[in-house]
Amino acid sequence: MADTAPSRSRDLDKLLLRAGNLVGPTFEPGTELRDDLQEYARILVVGAGGLGCELLKDLALSGFKNLEVIDMDRIEVSNLNRQFLFRMEDVGKPKAEVAAKRVMERVSGVNIVPHFCRIEDKDISFYNDFNIIVLGLDSIEARSYINAVACSFLEYETDDKPREETIKPMVDGGTEGFKGHARVIIPGVTPCFECTIWLFPPQVKFPLCTLAETPRTAAHCIEYAHLIKWDEVHSGKSFDPDDPEHMQWVYSEAVKRAELFGIPGVTYSLTQGVVKNIIPAIASTNAIISAACALETLKIASGCSKTLSNYLTYNGVAGLHIKVTEFVKDKDCLVCGPGVLIELDTSVTLEKFINLLEEHPKLQLAKASVTYRGKNLYMQAPPVLEEMTRSNLSLPLYDLMDKVAKDILHVTGVTGQSDKKTSCLRKLRVVFRGVDGVTDMDMAGGA
Amino acid sequence: MAEPKTKYDRQLRIWGEQGQSALEKASVCLLNCGPTGSETLKNLVLGGIGSITVIDGSKVEVGDLGNNFMLDESCVGESKAKSVCAFLQELNDAVKAKFIEEYPEALIEMNPPFFSQFTLVVATQLGEEKMIKLDRICREANVMLIFARSYGLTGFVRISVKEHTVVESKPDHFLDDLRLNNPWPELRKFAETFDLNVPDPVAHKHTPYVVILIKMSEEWTNSHGGSLPSTREEKREFKELLKSKMVAIDEDNYKEAIEASFKVFAPPGISSDLQQIINDSSVELSSTSSDFWVMVAALKEFIATEGGGEAPLEGSIPDMTSSTERYVNLQKIYQAKAEADCLAIEQRVRNNLKKLGREPESISKATIKSFCRNARKLKVCRYRLLEDEFSNPSVPDIQKYLTDEDYSVAMGFYILLRAVDRFAANYNNYPGEFDGPMDEDISRLKTTAVSVLNDLGCNGSTLTEDLINEMCRFGAAELHAVAAFIGGVASQEVIKLITKQFVPMCGTFIFNGIDHKSQLLTL
Ligand SMILES: [Zn+2]
Repeated sequence: MADTAPSRSRDLDKLLLRAGNLVGPTFEPGTELRDDLQEYARILVVGAGGLGCELLKDLALSGFKNLEVIDMDRIEVSNLNRQFLFRMEDVGKPKAEVAAKRVMERVSGVNIVPHFCRIEDKDISFYNDFNIIVLGLDSIEARSYINAVACSFLEYETDDKPREETIKPMVDGGTEGFKGHARVIIPGVTPCFECTIWLFPPQVKFPLCTLAETPRTAAHCIEYAHLIKWDEVHSGKSFDPDDPEHMQWVYSEAVKRAELFGIPGVTYSLTQGVVKNIIPAIASTNAIISAACALETLKIASGCSKTLSNYLTYNGVAGLHIKVTEFVKDKDCLVCGPGVLIELDTSVTLEKFINLLEEHPKLQLAKASVTYRGKNLYMQAPPVLEEMTRSNLSLPLYDLMDKVAKDILHVTGVTGQSDKKTSCLRKLRVVFRGVDGVTDMDMAGGA
Repeated sequence: MAEPKTKYDRQLRIWGEQGQSALEKASVCLLNCGPTGSETLKNLVLGGIGSITVIDGSKVEVGDLGNNFMLDESCVGESKAKSVCAFLQELNDAVKAKFIEEYPEALIEMNPPFFSQFTLVVATQLGEEKMIKLDRICREANVMLIFARSYGLTGFVRISVKEHTVVESKPDHFLDDLRLNNPWPELRKFAETFDLNVPDPVAHKHTPYVVILIKMSEEWTNSHGGSLPSTREEKREFKELLKSKMVAIDEDNYKEAIEASFKVFAPPGISSDLQQIINDSSVELSSTSSDFWVMVAALKEFIATEGGGEAPLEGSIPDMTSSTERYVNLQKIYQAKAEADCLAIEQRVRNNLKKLGREPESISKATIKSFCRNARKLKVCRYRLLEDEFSNPSVPDIQKYLTDEDYSVAMGFYILLRAVDRFAANYNNYPGEFDGPMDEDISRLKTTAVSVLNDLGCNGSTLTEDLINEMCRFGAAELHAVAAFIGGVASQEVIKLITKQFVPMCGTFIFNGIDHKSQLLTL
């Protein structure tokens, strides 16, 4: 019999301590569940911006006590209309640090560790420490990277079933104006970010010939000043979108060009919007999407209700439309599948292997760093690690992998065409030819 | 001190200076500042709402710290309204924040005129009886009202305003107003200056697709007894015809024309939505008619006369492959027509005002211009009184929702959210509010839900055991994440109502936190 001692979790207890009818298969209500969530559940929030601030607050008030947050940005004035953990006097400070501090001040008992750095700066193993990763990002590249990291931990049984203990669930949110999405990614079970990458079409760029020869809109004039005229005039000096003087220059050049061609509509605000590709953002949409993400995080961690299956879209432009779509996994996905199969002779050196990755038609992965079961085999950076691991390059990969006939390797590097290189992480299944224990069965379903 | 313009930059890109100024002039009253209310106001304070008044009679308890971010340990035992108000003020010093330590129920009973000072009232976590009373008070005082409630993994948001009219509805996707199959004389003349068979390849690939489509549409109708392509086969043929005019494969203007060919197929004239608005009885003007309806009356006359069945031209054209000169000239032709149309409407608006005995210049030129530019996108939202919805519901709609797979859970929650209030009125607590065995509460809630259904005229309908059990399990808990969601939705609707931009939701939004299949029920 629960007594009437005042408890912070008065409301949450109803959900966590009582049996329910519409709950997850693993739900075991009771004080133990509540205490375990507080004590053992470790949640990483990626991004401390509009969504990240909301997520930290929501998670801190949803029964979690161990949170970490990673963000490389500093606070700007234009964040203050929605990133409610920041004040005017915080401008210039790291977002992750201020956000963590503010939530800890308000909600006692919660511990939030901030990480003021790029997501790529952390070892992959850093991400493996969390039970759930929650994404509050505004870039496709960053989502794609975290998705690849979380999926890289995934291992499959021989019957193509994902191994339960290697699944790293993700909850992802995104907003733009009055619209947004929230999704649950259970790698190996539901589609990963890469399986449904078509949901995020790349931004269309204006053809350079239009900018140079036939401008028609204000945006054309602005991009001409930004992409063509700047380089012509400032030889060698690169354009900095955060330098107001640079922005002012682009604006006045754009105005001149617009006047020349009789095109209306160039303003300073539009210039900033086009050059920095500013996405409009408001507090309410961020609140809605983050709340949905936090609720799903609680449900995944506790089983206290069914989970979102698997993609929610929100649109508040005209009325209010919420739609849930159940997308399906791409079984050939390079990221959440079992991993690209690579067959090697036992004599192949690490250096040869790295070169091979660059030529591999599916991977085309340059500047690879290679990790085996948490051990760095070769690291491109930082210089200290590079020097420490350089001697491995001439050794056979088979030896470096402790003469195991087949196993999983993680490689990070860059991929993509010359104009758009992105960091990526790939999981590879390496099989050595002619070594005992490798049967035809194991090879089936590969590549 | 940074410019407010910079601080609000990301939202000014959505609702502009005008929307922002409307927000800054608005005064919002919040009833009950639990997490649902606090989160609603948080989003409005961040956006720079003019003033807030927080009304709550309760003291802060330890349990409140677990779901409300606008409180901390130092607040325990203090007035909740005072504590929440102080933390909200921290978010934005441009907002005037006030509080009144008083139970909203008492104000509703004892001091109805109190509410008439506000632009909008946000009423959270209020029981059914008080909602109905407040609804009548606000309706009479012409104050906008939004109800919001979080209850376990469900909740609702419901707007109550007599009439809300929108000029700047800013829809995501809307067919451009190009008049391709119905060009006015100047546009036709401009198109005639082009020869689609021009031998110069540079000129050929810089002919804007608007010109291509006007000419081809005319060519088609001339050879098809005056009718446009209508069948799938004809539409395909039309596209083939366009393709056959290409002289090189890299002609983007022709590719754009093929892609935009559906704009030719759209029949001329106004949409059924707009037809409905101009046929509304409010078009019969009286001395109390709002500016909106005065302008709609002028619009109706215009459509019947100068407009020739069309609304005033919008005046803007999308970007398209073209030489700069041709594009700019084309733009000028559209603009000139839009200005002429607007002038005609303005004349009619001034006449109507004069006839009504009002100052003919009382509606500004800028307002009329914006009205004309958005004439095809006008929206009128009307909301029933809550009491009407409860006492005179649309039974077929309820029955349809109850049996529809996508709506049955939301409809079930709608019934149960009303049943728990009735339960509380009868038994002095919410089902499952206290710990201990729940069997009795479950069977009582079931009986109560059946009586709600019967009162709605849905005899014989039942709700699933699962849903009733879950509702008892919720025990009136206000979970932070649910409150943040409901509060987020409520604040978004407040912004749409105050800025008079975008379209607020019509009906009752039912949140379903179980599988997120939330729905808007129009009853
Ligand atoms: Zn995938």
